[in-house]
Amino acid sequence: MQSKNSSVKKPYQEYFSKEHDMLRQAMRDFVKKEILPNIEEWEEAGEFPRELYKKVGDLGFLGVTFPEELGGASGDIFDSIVVNEELMRSGSGGLAAGLGSLGIALPPIIYKGTQEQKEKFVKPVLAGDRIAALGITEPGGGSDVANIKTTAVRDGDHYIVNGSKTFITSGIRADQLTCAVRTGGEGAHGISFLVIESDTPGYSVGSKLKKTGWWASDTAEIFLDNCRVPAENMIGEENMGFYTIMENFQMERLQLCVMANITAQMALEEAMKYAKKREAFGKQLTGFQVIRHKLVDMATQVEVSREFTYRIAAKINAGTNQVKEISMAKNFACDVSDKVTYEAVQIFGGYGYMRGYLVERLYRDNRILSIGGGTTEIMKEIISKLI
Amino acid sequence: MEILVCVKRVPDTSENEIEVGSDGQDIDRDDLVYSVNEWDNYAVEEAIQIVDKVGGKVTVVTVGDDESEEVLRREMAMGANEGILLSDDAFESSDGKGIAAILKAAVEKGSYDLIMTGAQADAGAGQVGGMLAAMLDQPYASLVNSIEVIDDKKLKVGREIEGGNQEMNEIQMPCVLSIQTGINEPRYVGIRGIRKVASVDIPVLGASDLGIDSGSVGNAGASVKVQDYFVPVFGDGAEMLEGSTEEIIDKLIELLKAQGGLK
Repeated sequence: MQSKNSSVKKPYQEYFSKEHDMLRQAMRDFVKKEILPNIEEWEEAGEFPRELYKKVGDLGFLGVTFPEELGGASGDIFDSIVVNEELMRSGSGGLAAGLGSLGIALPPIIYKGTQEQKEKFVKPVLAGDRIAALGITEPGGGSDVANIKTTAVRDGDHYIVNGSKTFITSGIRADQLTCAVRTGGEGAHGISFLVIESDTPGYSVGSKLKKTGWWASDTAEIFLDNCRVPAENMIGEENMGFYTIMENFQMERLQLCVMANITAQMALEEAMKYAKKREAFGKQLTGFQVIRHKLVDMATQVEVSREFTYRIAAKINAGTNQVKEISMAKNFACDVSDKVTYEAVQIFGGYGYMRGYLVERLYRDNRILSIGGGTTEIMKEIISKLI
Repeated sequence: MEILVCVKRVPDTSENEIEVGSDGQDIDRDDLVYSVNEWDNYAVEEAIQIVDKVGGKVTVVTVGDDESEEVLRREMAMGANEGILLSDDAFESSDGKGIAAILKAAVEKGSYDLIMTGAQADAGAGQVGGMLAAMLDQPYASLVNSIEVIDDKKLKVGREIEGGNQEMNEIQMPCVLSIQTGINEPRYVGIRGIRKVASVDIPVLGASDLGIDSGSVGNAGASVKVQDYFVPVFGDGAEMLEGSTEEIIDKLIELLKAQGGLK
């Protein structure tokens, strides 16, 4: 039996294979049963249960692109896109960001760390037994990465670390912080990465930061007061950390594109459903040309942005440098999700402003996407040097 | 123990809004998201658990088109050891008896101690398990909600019966069981399972491989044919209570008292 569709389809370049589809189905099944029924509660509580890391880790969904021997699945970029999209389908960017903080915290260790460091700081995180966070942003500066003030001064077998980090995703519960510190002189050339464990004396966490969106992720300020960190926790070469940060940003930005696109997609879907159901002045909202055209514009923007992101992902997957393009994609995707979430709330009217409606949360969750992982303005600075 | 579980690819009702197609002969199948029939998934989980305890092998089988392979692969990623796809243009539009006949032919090509089906699938007819057992001349228990292996010849099976009551039976193997949801907690599919089965070859058997006369199955062999699908018209009888919450509660209590629901 040939299915109707497969007999007429001609082959074209697909981004997602059947194996990716299986992963998507498996993730969707998990999200539907384990996350969706609880997500409202977790959003209000400002965090999700710690056991969720373990449940997701047991299924191998944490860090799917990381090497199998470390507990990953040696997957490609589209595996990570699938996982991110389906976690976002929970309707909570905070949940995706919280579970995903290892996606930015581990790469420096995986790509620059020693075997011992990987055993100690990567394996337990991918198994869901430990929580990892990345510490770069400081109260005095976010985008200005080269100007990091937290210092690490060598003292025998240790570094003495002083300073503070803020807006740290998973910061409240993190067991380990992949932390950018100044080990050398001023500027980009004096920065290194140290893994600092949260039980190190002098490591303390401020109260949970209350945010516009991403409620289900715990976000914190972390204080480092004369923390004695073993020198063996230095990741890669001393003073070479800035370049590691820059390399790390590419994948983070790709995942932020994915988050923006799926946020817009969900807002569009919600708006379409509502416009078909809701009546005003005696007819459905879709009966009004102004609403139909609005939905068309939203759908067109979402489609274009998603295709652009996937195309760049395919190129990165093939090993092509896409610094300029990924920066463009991030700005484009965030611009689209800004517009689409705004319009979705507009279509919902007063209900769109009410808690408990998905578009209300999408609208709030969306706001961080053009700030985190490099602001729109920083993206433009990068692009301006490359065109 | 050699266990065969019959599974089906069905529209996922949580992912789709099901609508009747314009010709009234079927639901509108364009752009539907499909998944494995929920009852079948419980059956596969139960089979995996039995094999984990007493050893053996779980084989999953389905009758369907080339896209049905995805549900076999899914159940194999979950832990089933092998899959068999029964696919032929001649199988299309089979009725319950036709599907049971196709499955019977597949069963006879192997040697199974236990055959499981879901209690029902998307059409809700719940015919296949019973018919398959009859065709194989094997004992059958329906709506099974617990299985305990007594020895290599007998099982103790629980059945859900009317009014939430429970019945326990001893059944001789080989036998056919139709499995009720809730018998276990089906595991999730993880990425390691997916990797394991992604490139495994799944054998496809057609009518001639199974020795089935094409005219005896499919649309040609069907004795039960769908005539019409439609959404029933809403009847009267619902009354919407209006007013403040307190007023609604008062009216509701009054109504319940008047109808004898409250004393």
